[in-house]
Amino acid sequence: MATAAEIEKQAEARETRNRWLLSAPALIIILLAASGPLLIVLIYSFLTPGPYGDVEWKFSTEGWVSVFLERDIFDDTLALATSHLTIFWRSLRLALMATVATLVFGFPTAYFIATRSERTRDVWLFLITIPFWTNLLIRTFAVLQVIRNEGIINTALINLGIVDQPIQMLYTDFAIMVGMVYVYLPLMVLPLYASMEKLDFRLVEAGYDLYASRWQVLRRIIFPLVRPGVVAGSILVFIPAIGAYVTPSVLGGGKNMMFANLIELQFGQGRNWPLGAALSITVMAIVMVALLVYVRNTSGSEVRHG
Amino acid sequence: MNLKSMSMAAGLALLASTSLASAAGELNIYNWGNYISPDMIKKFEKQYDVKVTVTDYDSNDTALAKVRQGGTGFDIAMPSQTFIPIWIKEGLIQETNPGQMENFKNVAPEWANPDFDPGRKYSVPWAWGTIGVVVNTDTYKGPADSWGIIFNTPEELKGKVNVVPEMNDVIFAAIKYVGGEQCTEDKAVLKKVRDTLVAAKPNWIAMEYNTIEKMGAGDFKATSDWNGSALRQRLANPAIHYSYPKEGYGLWSDNIVVLKEAKNVENAKLFQNFMMDPENAAMNSAFHRYANGIAGSDKFMPADMKDAPEVIIPEAEKARGELQRLCSPEVQALYTKIWTELQK
Amino acid sequence: MAKRFSIRQQTGFTAIATACFVLLYAPILVLVVYAFNESTSVTDWGGFSLRWFVSAWANQQVVDASWRSLKIASSAAIIATIAATMAALATTRTRPYRGLTFKYAFINQPLMVPEIVTGVALLIFFSQIKIASGYTGLGYLIAAHTAFCIPFAYLPIRARLENMDLTLERAAADLYATPWQAFRRVTLPLLWPGIIAGLMLAFVISLDDVVITEFVKSGGQDTLPTYMLGQIRRGITPEVNAISTVFLLLSVVIVTLFFFLSRKRD
Repeated sequence: MATAAEIEKQAEARETRNRWLLSAPALIIILLAASGPLLIVLIYSFLTPGPYGDVEWKFSTEGWVSVFLERDIFDDTLALATSHLTIFWRSLRLALMATVATLVFGFPTAYFIATRSERTRDVWLFLITIPFWTNLLIRTFAVLQVIRNEGIINTALINLGIVDQPIQMLYTDFAIMVGMVYVYLPLMVLPLYASMEKLDFRLVEAGYDLYASRWQVLRRIIFPLVRPGVVAGSILVFIPAIGAYVTPSVLGGGKNMMFANLIELQFGQGRNWPLGAALSITVMAIVMVALLVYVRNTSGSEVRHG
Repeated sequence: MNLKSMSMAAGLALLASTSLASAAGELNIYNWGNYISPDMIKKFEKQYDVKVTVTDYDSNDTALAKVRQGGTGFDIAMPSQTFIPIWIKEGLIQETNPGQMENFKNVAPEWANPDFDPGRKYSVPWAWGTIGVVVNTDTYKGPADSWGIIFNTPEELKGKVNVVPEMNDVIFAAIKYVGGEQCTEDKAVLKKVRDTLVAAKPNWIAMEYNTIEKMGAGDFKATSDWNGSALRQRLANPAIHYSYPKEGYGLWSDNIVVLKEAKNVENAKLFQNFMMDPENAAMNSAFHRYANGIAGSDKFMPADMKDAPEVIIPEAEKARGELQRLCSPEVQALYTKIWTELQK
Repeated sequence: MAKRFSIRQQTGFTAIATACFVLLYAPILVLVVYAFNESTSVTDWGGFSLRWFVSAWANQQVVDASWRSLKIASSAAIIATIAATMAALATTRTRPYRGLTFKYAFINQPLMVPEIVTGVALLIFFSQIKIASGYTGLGYLIAAHTAFCIPFAYLPIRARLENMDLTLERAAADLYATPWQAFRRVTLPLLWPGIIAGLMLAFVISLDDVVITEFVKSGGQDTLPTYMLGQIRRGITPEVNAISTVFLLLSVVIVTLFFFLSRKRD
């Protein structure tokens, strides 16, 4: 005869097994078409570069060493690979700024949509996604048309007499920021909206009843309640932003490499696949660690009770 | 590498029209984007009852990487001359002996026996061109036939110069500018190259491919570029002028090769032969705006290309052009390091 | 009389939101307007004309590429959303159990790798399969797209799920509902907005993808973005604007359908 504890353990085990079964399809697809092949990348990072690209099956740690150390071309001294660091820092900085900017713009927008009437809410959501059904390249070019020297903004400013020379907005960091926010906004708004839509406004009302100011209500009631949405949105923006290079090169002029350009160079004209592989794994590891730490500490998986 | 600036005219390679649904054979072409005339494809399809598909790539390296892995389903590709020795060495293409095909007699003598494919055992010329300096003469009226425009920018052009980010082209130009030889390993020369590039970069506004549109709109006032692209720019704005730098300029040539894993070898050979016919070559040139290396095609070329200084190199400039070669892997690695430093 | 105090309003939020919408649509409007541009430049207005729509329609390569993009995106988005929903149910609203963090990391892993790396890895991996099996259809592209769409669908669904407490499902269980019934009649309807958000995101992400598609595609498998990538390097014409305008129209139609579909459920 099974004891209560044993029954409970069996139920738990069954529950865990069910959860594994449920997540199986996702895990299998990703294993086959995304993560599994990355093992190849890991292996390649330990091989020797072929003379014209690809790899030779000879073990070597050169790839990994070159990530962190570089030999100066001219005086042969070994030093820290500052160019890699500069490039990585640029991508990181840009990604952080883009995340913050999309949060600043996205939070009010998601809130606005979530607080419309039931009927019109979907329409607004729909309106926000339409621009994003346009291809990324096209969207970036559309932004370019607006901010370039002969674009809408400058033409309007000149015609209105506010300035007599066009303001150089294209090919600046400002342009890149505008472009990134434009491109990543829905990735922030949609998860935020999903979270906010379920927001129980009775809690908000309770806050006001207790004489809280709008700001306090925002900070101490609304924000914590929609935190899962904020986390999801930030992840969805930050990580692709680190790997971004189309938007920065179209709007920033391509004079400075992003981290993804650096990796692309190794697989392309640079013909150093092992280095490219090692660089990719490095950035992947950094991001993964940061992500896990962030998520573990913020969202948590506790069940909320009403 | 090379070639890129293509036709802005509407129309792209048309895939088989529905009337050829029951064609006798197939041909799968792997080509640079916007590089093959749809009318010419139709003509080939009709003549040989073959259905043609065209798939695009945007760089020699991508094409090489994909073909090397195999299983692509392509029959034909158009790599640049710096890559053909690699394709041969790695056994990616087959010997179709165009040198012995019927139309081979039409190939211009200077392209009949090149270093990268002696005896023309593998490849047929598709297009060739040069890389030089393009300047908007409304903004800058001085002499423009020097890489100094790019590397030591005159006052009027500061902050308005673009450089097309093809690593090998830019480094070639810089080496020539400081007086060195192509593919040099001389560290002193390379140091000068690196310093020149890094010093010049603040005067550049961008490093991108989209020159035709940007020169036309005035975002750029000068750029390094391919000659066909410069031709288009001049046709849109007569103030734009293409020059052959006196320090030396690069020549490139894209060629048709048949992949070893090709399934439609006979049709591929027919295509190689077809492209050596002057009329067909001219039809294609009219589309992508580059010269084709087939003698006798000039009579069929469109009027605006017949004596365009961008397409026909003036006699005085001919000597200073050099066909770009594949450099050794060690030298390539050095170049990559310089490039990374430039763009960091 | 003082303005009614709305508990839903926050200072400045409506202003920012409105500004966002306006700024979002400005470039799109420019894009659409120039699709009707007579001249070949994408910047100077040369008069009203439909020539680019005509030439895009006649351009077989464009039409094929567009259909292919739509096919791949719809298949990938649907499969990804189903898989992501199941995964979200499995990994949310539970005490941390062994393997939970691993699963979470694994599911989000495609997001963390620069696309070029996944592209190269898939190129090598799939090529071996292509040679061994001889199959060179769209399956590889759909598989690759599904894989990177899953995390995009997963996160909004998970965010939504985390805000749903279990009391309603427990109530259903108390009323003798089977887990499947509880799911279908309680969880699913509540989760639906999250699922729709995930589906739409996955669809858009798949439509957009350039780098991975570029490496995985075989002969004759250009998608719209890879086709446009070729165009970008060689000079764009308003044909590209025309194609985008058509796609916009298409997406308006599709999303309107979704809209009515999700309406009915309520």
